[in-house]
Parts: sequence; structure tokens; C-alpha cells
Amino acid sequence: MSGTVTVRQCPGGPLLVRGAETIRDESGAEHEVTRPVVAVCACGKSSRKPWCDSTHKSIPGPMTGR
Amino acid sequence: MRLPHERGPVSRHVIQALSSGADPATPIALGPGALIEDADAQLALWVIYELHYRGFDGVPPDREWDVGLLAIRRAIEGRLEQELRDATRDLLRDAPRDGDIGQQLLDLVAADVSPSPAAFMQRRASREQLVAYLRERSVQQLKESDAQSFVLPRLDGPAKAALAELQYDEYGSGRPERLHATLYADALEAAGLDRTYGAYIDDVSALSLACTNVMTMFGLNRRMRGAAMGHLAAFEASSSVPCRKIAGGLERVGFPAAVAEYFHEHVEADAVHEHVASSDICGAMVADEPSLREDVLFGAATCLHLDSLAGAELLDRWTAELERAS
Repeated sequence: MSGTVTVRQCPGGPLLVRGAETIRDESGAEHEVTRPVVAVCACGKSSRKPWCDSTHKSIPGPMTGR
Repeated sequence: MRLPHERGPVSRHVIQALSSGADPATPIALGPGALIEDADAQLALWVIYELHYRGFDGVPPDREWDVGLLAIRRAIEGRLEQELRDATRDLLRDAPRDGDIGQQLLDLVAADVSPSPAAFMQRRASREQLVAYLRERSVQQLKESDAQSFVLPRLDGPAKAALAELQYDEYGSGRPERLHATLYADALEAAGLDRTYGAYIDDVSALSLACTNVMTMFGLNRRMRGAAMGHLAAFEASSSVPCRKIAGGLERVGFPAAVAEYFHEHVEADAVHEHVASSDICGAMVADEPSLREDVLFGAATCLHLDSLAGAELLDRWTAELERAS
């Protein structure tokens, strides 16, 4: 890993994070990153937080990107 | 892997040529119907393609480059490609000629309203129906992501780096036990099925063979690299939500955890991969070679078209089973 963490907001979807080793959620819990890229939930509705589980696609409104 | 059983004259011709060592260089006659539903032609194509993947017991490896078999492959591929271009023309009629291809791919998937067997599996499918589904998909999932690996040397720059990144995740991110194909084999075994590559080739439908063959056709023909990556983007973008439902169905009927684990992994992985495939791979590819845009969209539309046919086939079969049972 280069040591640089990059974050990209996918329109209406999650945050794509590259280069991180762990993600710390709002409660302070650390989640190990085991993929080259991870999608972090941005809609708050995922059942697998901090990871995106595509629940945003089922929510009407701006988060669906429609 | 053993050679499969023939399903008609074309597959018989190919299988006999491989088992006997004979020269297959005689013209083949494809049936008049849709190739997508032609189990005989799809099996013949699958057998020829498998020479590029794992091969068959007792078949010399250099039959991979048998010119007679390659001629048969090209004849079937030519018809199949034309059929798919015809079938997806309406879906792509209004596709934009420029703009953000990554978003257009996601929009194309989001606009698809085909009935999905995933909801049925989540709520209603019996244990036997779920087992049948696992068996049906095994022909593709036991070589998951392999067709797309053929595309790597045909890309460069950001698109190549992004495909390598996606494939690394598909291949377990350095952990062999997390190879997606291995997770699928574990799921089969935990459900009481055979985890061996190709074990159910004689049982799967023409459409299941076509779904996996199309990925290989796109992957093995450099000319169709745009279609290969468009197909990948649509496949990834239409996977995460159904996988969540299927995992729920598998847990509902009480399978061991390893069965649903494959699908749980795909809820999370494909939520990532849809963005990597649509923006980072296809976006970079089209920026680099704008002439590939049309084929990227063709590949995506083909994925949706085949998914819709395969989904309808399963739902029809299961609905008929419910009616017979009631």
C-alpha cells in the first residue's frame, strides 16, 4: 500500500475507499479492510455497516440517484 | 473433468471428435431456432471453450487449437453474436452517444424491471428449489471471473489497473480459501451437492450454458473487449441486492452457514465492484477508446437480457411446481 487513502463519493451510493487498513465507525469500533477497495455505507441504512449492502437502491429519494 | 453427454448432432460431432481424436473439419448444420435456447449448440460451444479453461480427461491439450473445432466455434459465435445484437437493439435505441458511461451503465441496470427469482427464493422457494438453483448456477460460478481474466492483457492504464483490482478481490485478495469459485464449491458441498468442476454439466439448461458461454465469447475475442467489460459492469450492478435476498432464502430453509456465505460475500463485494466496473474500468476504457462505447453498452444490455430470460425460466419452472403441488 502506498500509504495514501483515497475516497470517492459514488453519486447516490457509497463511499469508495482505497488504501485504508481499517475503518473506524461512529462508535469507535475498528473494522479491518480485507479488499483492495471497500464501499462504505453513506445512506445509513446498511445492515452490514460500515460496509454498503446496496440497501440505498431500495430507498426512494435522492439516495437512489433517481 | 469427463466429457459431457451429447445433446444433439452438433455436440455429438464435437464430443466424438475429442474422444476419438478425429478431425472435426466437416460442416455443421445449426438448427433454425434461437441459439440461446439450443442446448445442442450451447453444449458444443461450451465443450470447445472448456479446452481453453481446464480441458477434459483423455483429450490432448493441443486440441485447444484444433482448426476444425475453431471453425465450429466461429460459426456458432457468429450466429450467437448476431442474435444478441438483434435482441438488445431496442434496449439500446435511446442510449446516449456521449456523456458519463459509468452512470449510463448503472442507469441501464436500474431501469431493468424484469421479474427476479431472488424475491421468490427469499420468501417461497422450497429447499429442493434452492438446491436446483445452486446446481444450475454451478456451471458458471465454479469458474467465476475466469472469463474476465482473458481481458486483462487487452487493456492498459487505469482500466487495466481497475480490472486487476476487481479480479484480485474475486480471487480472494491473496486468501485461497476466499476465492469466490471456492466459496461457491463450499456452498455446494454444504448443501449436499458435488463441488467438482463441471459435475452438473449434463443437468443444466441451454440458457445456463448460454449465460456462461457469452461471458467466454466476450472474454476470448479481443474485438469484443468492450462488451466483456460492459457485461461485467451490468453483472456486478445487478448482483448485490439479489444476493441479499437469496442468502435470506437459504437461511430460511435452514441450510448450513457456508451455503449463504457465498451470497453474503457477494452482497458486500458486488456493492464495491459495480462502481469499480462501471466507472473505473468501463469509464477509463471508453475515455481511452471512445469507439468501444457502443460495445460496452451492448455487453451490459446482453447481461440484462440473458438474466431476464434465465430468471423467467426459473420462475416459470417454480410456478409450475407450485401449481402441481397445490
